[in-house]
Amino acid sequence: MAAYSVPAGVCTNYFNIDDILASQEKVPCVFNAKVAALGYLDQSTTDVDLNVGTKLELPFWLARFLQKGARNIVTVDTPKTYKEGYRNIFTADPNVVDLHRLGPFFYLFGGKLLTLQLPDAEEIADVLLKTFQGRFRKIMDGSQNALHADLTSQTSVLDDQERHLFAAGQDSLHGFHRWEKRETEKLSTSVMVANHRKRKRIGAMPTAS
Amino acid sequence: MLAEKALDLIRELQRTLSGTLSPYNEDKIRQVLEEMQNLYDQNRDRAHYAAGQADVFAAIQLRHAAIQRNKRCLLAYLYNRLEQIRKMRWEFGSVLPSDVRYNMCEQEVQWFTQYNRQLANYMKTIGESGGLDLTQDMKPPKTLYVLVRCIMDHGEFETQDGNIILLKKNSQHYLLRSECEHLIRQGILEHLVH
Repeated sequence: MAAYSVPAGVCTNYFNIDDILASQEKVPCVFNAKVAALGYLDQSTTDVDLNVGTKLELPFWLARFLQKGARNIVTVDTPKTYKEGYRNIFTADPNVVDLHRLGPFFYLFGGKLLTLQLPDAEEIADVLLKTFQGRFRKIMDGSQNALHADLTSQTSVLDDQERHLFAAGQDSLHGFHRWEKRETEKLSTSVMVANHRKRKRIGAMPTAS
Repeated sequence: MLAEKALDLIRELQRTLSGTLSPYNEDKIRQVLEEMQNLYDQNRDRAHYAAGQADVFAAIQLRHAAIQRNKRCLLAYLYNRLEQIRKMRWEFGSVLPSDVRYNMCEQEVQWFTQYNRQLANYMKTIGESGGLDLTQDMKPPKTLYVLVRCIMDHGEFETQDGNIILLKKNSQHYLLRSECEHLIRQGILEHLVH
């Protein structure tokens, strides 16, 4: 019943949905070896085989598998949003970037990239940490102080993990507020049941009118 | 791209994880299994002449990765659904709403029945006299009786001391907390605090 569990960056859980989605992010790859009969993966050619030197954007799970150890079928390059140009933007002011648009799993995917032994892995790790540090203050400020405000403008630019953090902060704020108003003893409808009702009502509307 | 369909399943799951259960997507699961079978067959056919041919070997590895990915997505789909159903047992009680039940596949219904039974058996064995209901007293109880108001018509309700009361919309009652906590959590009654 870990309500506040924020999925850890590097730790991989086989059944974790976020982890699966994050490992689907694309990584630019160049093939070092010929791959027979899989030319259909590259839509720009009609060749039967994938030739040496073919450039393809592969999902992370495939790229990592093909690059690992002695296989060395592809060479992996850093994705655009983690390259130097973007890294400079993040270092300049982490608060203005829309991390949700740059891939909703910015940190999780970034952490995964580090396992690929890219030449600039150290810089990436550094920038991930600095970006988080730079943004954390604002996240905490927003989630701990806004009680009855529309927060969509604030949360829409947050990365998926930052949203978990934000929600945890909001939860604790509301909990504290309830305690202040002596509402903690009040029994309430479970959140899941309430959500289920709402959905039902939306679904039932067209038939009612 | 390979394993794209399996990912659709995961996306579908992610969209519907709050308060409801999406329909069991049997069709898509069959398609994913077919894709896996296809990849497997291709690998098996080529495996015996792959020795010494690096390009065929590389292709086999690539397909293998895709099979494993598909497997992971499928298992995650099933596992997360089970987790969701388990959570629902605690939130909704032992009887799930009909639309949720309708969205479960046969094995999931079986699993749910078994889980229900095991949970009931377990709760019967703990505590001193006649077991302990673990789904009760989610918050520390402060009073023995609570004042409640009905949010919807629920019909007749028999209390422990044998009285029958009619739970009609907007009627108010003073009930034993232990008796009505479930009904509050299910959104039939509303707890009034002054």
